[in-house]
Amino acid sequence: MNWKVWGLSKSPWVYHVNVGACNNCDIEILDCLTPRFDVERFGMLLVPSPRHADALLVTGGVTRQARPRLQEVYRQTAKPCIVLCVGACACSMGIFADCYHMAGPPDKVIREVDPNAIIAYVPGCPPKPEAIIAGAVKGLQAACKLLSQG
Amino acid sequence: MNPAAMIGLLFVAFAGTLVLGFVMKWVDRKVTAMVQWRVGPPWYQPFADVAKLLGKETIIPQNARRTGFLLAPMLGFAAVVVAATILWGVNLSPKASFVGDLIVVLYLLTIPSLAVVIGGAASSNPHGAVGASREMKLILSYELPLVLAMVPAMIAGGWTLKLGAIMTTPSPSVWTSVAMAAGFVVALLCVQAKLGLVPFDIAEAETEIMGGAFVEYSGAPLALIYLTRAMMLAVMPILLVTVLWGGFTFASVGGAIASILKYVLVIVVTVLVRNTNPRVRVDHAMKFFWFGLTPVALLAVVLALVGSAQ
Repeated sequence: MNWKVWGLSKSPWVYHVNVGACNNCDIEILDCLTPRFDVERFGMLLVPSPRHADALLVTGGVTRQARPRLQEVYRQTAKPCIVLCVGACACSMGIFADCYHMAGPPDKVIREVDPNAIIAYVPGCPPKPEAIIAGAVKGLQAACKLLSQG
Repeated sequence: MNPAAMIGLLFVAFAGTLVLGFVMKWVDRKVTAMVQWRVGPPWYQPFADVAKLLGKETIIPQNARRTGFLLAPMLGFAAVVVAATILWGVNLSPKASFVGDLIVVLYLLTIPSLAVVIGGAASSNPHGAVGASREMKLILSYELPLVLAMVPAMIAGGWTLKLGAIMTTPSPSVWTSVAMAAGFVVALLCVQAKLGLVPFDIAEAETEIMGGAFVEYSGAPLALIYLTRAMMLAVMPILLVTVLWGGFTFASVGGAIASILKYVLVIVVTVLVRNTNPRVRVDHAMKFFWFGLTPVALLAVVLALVGSAQ
């Protein structure tokens, strides 16, 4: 593992993008920052700008309104970055699968911009904070393996 | 001082301040975490942050002024390194001080704030522009009390502008001591604004203007900004202790322990102030610095004059 990948695995800064979630996953994400779970132990910080981010935390199925915005946010994120789809809607659209106002799950929308995007999934409605942390760790491990291969 | 020794000092001061800045950045985050009843990041966190940022893509916004945008972080970084070198040189051997080095240090430590203004204005981002304008207002408000707070030390040192002479002044009279203490408190609050910490993090204000002037930075320039801020966090307490609290001595064991305790105390007070206060509005900050702290600093100057007349 080279130093760049080591740095990425030890200090993933997170930008939170809500593209049409019901706010339940967002509450659970904020739970991860509270003293009980404290993700800063792993160097994770919530950053205010996608330019600073290493991980995009996407919640919700992508609405038609949010689709170009999500793609723009992904383009603006400094690479290498990983995408973490949190919640049932972000993984598979959940109960909104056939709704007229939906543009598809986030992974499909992001792959339209970058076919090689590194995407991890945390299912659940909403996922527990433990599940989000476990998902982030697994996603980061897989991403670091991919990145250190080149 | 011969050129070889000067270059050696530059490297020692750079590496020393860098490591010290990283450690203090960690202390900052760890103490913050402890105040909030959390565990906080491991000791190598700042190293990991910088390693990661150096390995990331650098994005330059389409409408940004390329030169100013990329030059600003380097300008701030270079200024902090030179200021740190002067302060280390003075503390390692007080005789190395030259006339007016206090003024040089104060000027050099203004440049990182100006670099923030340049970078924010060049980034073509509305949040960046707002951050730059707020930083400008902050500079206007805190520089006056900061410089005034240094004046009692100059008077006590016998009307001198040499850091070495100020440091080695024999213990002053009661009035002068009171004046120096008042100056120290004023300077500590100004440092809070200079470091961009709560309650004066108006120019960054992550929750309202998304990091202000830094919003468009990514990759290596952001790493430079991170380094600049870490080194400022290390350098400002050194300046305060050097000018207003007798400086550092490592000649004896007792002196070394006292020096380290002084330094840690300044940092911890700064971090505790940052953790127990909400962000103030920019006009409130200006009122606080101009009409709150400037009179206190003026009073300190008068007291120091009384002390020196005795």
